[in-house]
Amino acid sequence: MTRISLTVNGEPRAVDIDSRVTVLDLLREHFGLTGAKKGCDRGQCGACTVLRDGRRVNSCLVLAVSADGSEIVSVEGLAGDSDLHPLQQSFLDHDAYQCGYCTPGQLCSAVGALAELAAGSPSVVTGEGSAPTLEPEEIRERMSGNLCRCAAYVNIVAAVYEAGRSA
Amino acid sequence: MTRTTTTTRTTPAIGAAMTRIEGPDKVRGSATYAYEYPLDAVAYCCAVGSTIAHGRVRSTSADAIRQIPGVLEVLSHANAPRLAISDGSELAVLQSDRVAYRRQIVAAVVAESFEIATEAAGALEIEYDVEPFAVELKSDDPDLYRPDKVNPGFPTDTEAGDVDGALRSAAHVVDHTYRTPAYHNNPMEPHASIAVWEGDDLTVFDSNQGASPVRARLAELFGLPTGSVRVVSEHVGGGFGAKGLPRPVVVLAAMAARVVDRPVKIAVTREQMFAFVGYRTPTIQRVQLGADAGGRITAIAHDVIEQTSTIEEFAEQTAVATRMMYAGASRRTTHRLRRLDVPTPGWMRAPGECPGMFALESAVDELAIATRLDPIELRLRNDPPTDPETGAPFTSRNLEACLREGARLFGWSQRHAEPRARRDGRWLVGTGVAASTYPARARASKATAWARPDGSFDVELCAADIGTGARTALTQIAADALGAEPRRVRLGLGDTNFSEAPLAGGSMGTSSWGWAVTRACEGLRARLAAANGSVPVAGLAVEVDTKDEIERRAQRPAHAFGAQFAEVRVDEDTGEIRVARLLGVFAAGRIVNPMTARSQLIGGMTMGISMALLEASLLDREYGDYLNHDLAQYEIATCADVPMVEAHWIDERDDFVNPMGAKGVGEIGIVGTAAAIANATYNATGVRVRDLPIRLEKLIG
Repeated sequence: MTRISLTVNGEPRAVDIDSRVTVLDLLREHFGLTGAKKGCDRGQCGACTVLRDGRRVNSCLVLAVSADGSEIVSVEGLAGDSDLHPLQQSFLDHDAYQCGYCTPGQLCSAVGALAELAAGSPSVVTGEGSAPTLEPEEIRERMSGNLCRCAAYVNIVAAVYEAGRSA
Repeated sequence: MTRTTTTTRTTPAIGAAMTRIEGPDKVRGSATYAYEYPLDAVAYCCAVGSTIAHGRVRSTSADAIRQIPGVLEVLSHANAPRLAISDGSELAVLQSDRVAYRRQIVAAVVAESFEIATEAAGALEIEYDVEPFAVELKSDDPDLYRPDKVNPGFPTDTEAGDVDGALRSAAHVVDHTYRTPAYHNNPMEPHASIAVWEGDDLTVFDSNQGASPVRARLAELFGLPTGSVRVVSEHVGGGFGAKGLPRPVVVLAAMAARVVDRPVKIAVTREQMFAFVGYRTPTIQRVQLGADAGGRITAIAHDVIEQTSTIEEFAEQTAVATRMMYAGASRRTTHRLRRLDVPTPGWMRAPGECPGMFALESAVDELAIATRLDPIELRLRNDPPTDPETGAPFTSRNLEACLREGARLFGWSQRHAEPRARRDGRWLVGTGVAASTYPARARASKATAWARPDGSFDVELCAADIGTGARTALTQIAADALGAEPRRVRLGLGDTNFSEAPLAGGSMGTSSWGWAVTRACEGLRARLAAANGSVPVAGLAVEVDTKDEIERRAQRPAHAFGAQFAEVRVDEDTGEIRVARLLGVFAAGRIVNPMTARSQLIGGMTMGISMALLEASLLDREYGDYLNHDLAQYEIATCADVPMVEAHWIDERDDFVNPMGAKGVGEIGIVGTAAAIANATYNATGVRVRDLPIRLEKLIG
């Protein structure tokens, strides 16, 4: 057992934890925050995506002990004091989900992706030497680490694009 | 005290785009899936799979594993509780030492934490007596056999006329073999169960497509009255057929909870999703088409080879759609199986139609080329006025409208019939079309409708919403039958405490459940009218069962139809292939909720892109297993693969199929998609790919 302290959705937490526990299982099995989902437990599907210190990460690949001192935001914390984060509303409006199991990861990933775009961080589809702009192709590329077997992709891209344009 | 409830409303809820009722819970992460129910003192179970493909378990190191701190029990065939089951089922978990396929469950560890269970399961040593195995499906295998029927109860073979004679005298003949690999369903939520015993009462939180059938099977296996078992499945993270039947994990959870006398939870790992939760059989399909000089089909033969396991038979109905799709006097369909040392295949989105229509619709495209007819014109010339096998009239058949409307929306008239005629820089561009079809059926269901004194309604049945939008569609159906606003209706599903209902499968959910909901609400409305709208404090309820009504009705061929159009771009040098556009037009009866129906259709079509270009479970001949058992190596389509997918539908209402006039939309979207893409690929490159997936190495060199 190792003692760690971290902030989860704005709330400071301290816990003694088995060093084998991932951030994903810490949230789900120890903190009762089951929004982040376990789809593969090996960083291949993105269902477990959360924001760690503002950047999106696959929480199944991060050991809790290595997240000591981190600020974690999961889907439950996205809206803050609002009823819904604009991306959450946009997902509802565009029916950008079906079974909902990948949705929390898609949402956290979209928050991260829009922040990366806003920061000018290029992707593989960004033109050489130019700054990335908010466009569907950039969103498709940046959201491709989050699998959706129901295949809501065209709606997800529309939802993220609309939310990004309104931001 | 009573209140008066009114039930008059003129604006129909059916046909309105209604946001999913559970949508806010899903986007907030507060929708609870099976593994997520908080329970005190819950223990964690980890299943251990065989490392051999065929043989017996000789011994395990269970005694050593039990010494690991935190391990509560190690289960194997040596000590697992006995189930009321004979041999011959995937659910006979740990009931014998026999191993029927690699990674079949042969042991399980129950521990205080997920981490301890996982590590202990990895440390468990198992000795085997190894026996020879066969895992590869081959067309010339002498052990192929003829099953008694194909899923779910169709005749194995059909024959009419003189197929061989008609082929010999045909002006044009197409005769090719098409192959599809094994596919694994891979819903994003792996199967999961939590089992809780209180005395001889069992509660299970389970991820499935039908809680009622899971309850019935658990009661049978554990020798309990059905009323002693409750199954809760409120939110389910996809299924695509893989959760249509109870799977070994729900049995294992109940067994383990019994043994350790605590609640036990288990989730299938992604790797195990490629082992014991079903998959689509690989197929080898020979299609022969003969046509006269005018492109009228005179002979159709579709002969299918596929696999099943040694423990259960599953015979995919791959050639069944060929029986009703096109006219032609001489016709034959056959299915042959091989029992292999593999997991039992099962339902995956549109079993039968999905792989079968890849072959048939590819062959029809090849016939169009042979006859020099436009592939739409060829299909129209062979669109039968009645069911070609029985002569019975279809309840509705609007394939022609789908083809014509799709052609218009897609811009089909711009197409060049000759391959390699269109390019955009280094990209070869081609277009293709294929037809879709899926049966419109219904199963009997019960449902209960309650009027409450506050003017609201509860409509309850053990239906499943696996992402289809069933909760929302049934609310709309109930609202119209009650003459009430949808917001006055609470729809309860996914719990065996509600009225018994069939599973979500075969695109029958809306039809089966909606039928029962309609009748329950109509009955309640009549009772309310008789009571002048007066509702007692305890509420007023009507429960119905549609069994008699469904059994009594006349039988007629009832199918949804569609047409899918693909534009593909192939890099001439690298063979890289992209689906630039996919457009489908469907005739699926009345569309209950355009918003969720569109999502289901584009979801099916996108899974069809995935099937056409990416998916294949690759066989490991040395160890007898599927090699690529994770989502890095079993590739499925993602955002970047899907720039444009559009679903449309024609105005159709089929009052024969059910009181709502709606056919299902869950499966038809994946039917024909792969053929449309293969046909477009031929048009772009001149290369005909008859074995999926269409990968770049098949297009160059």
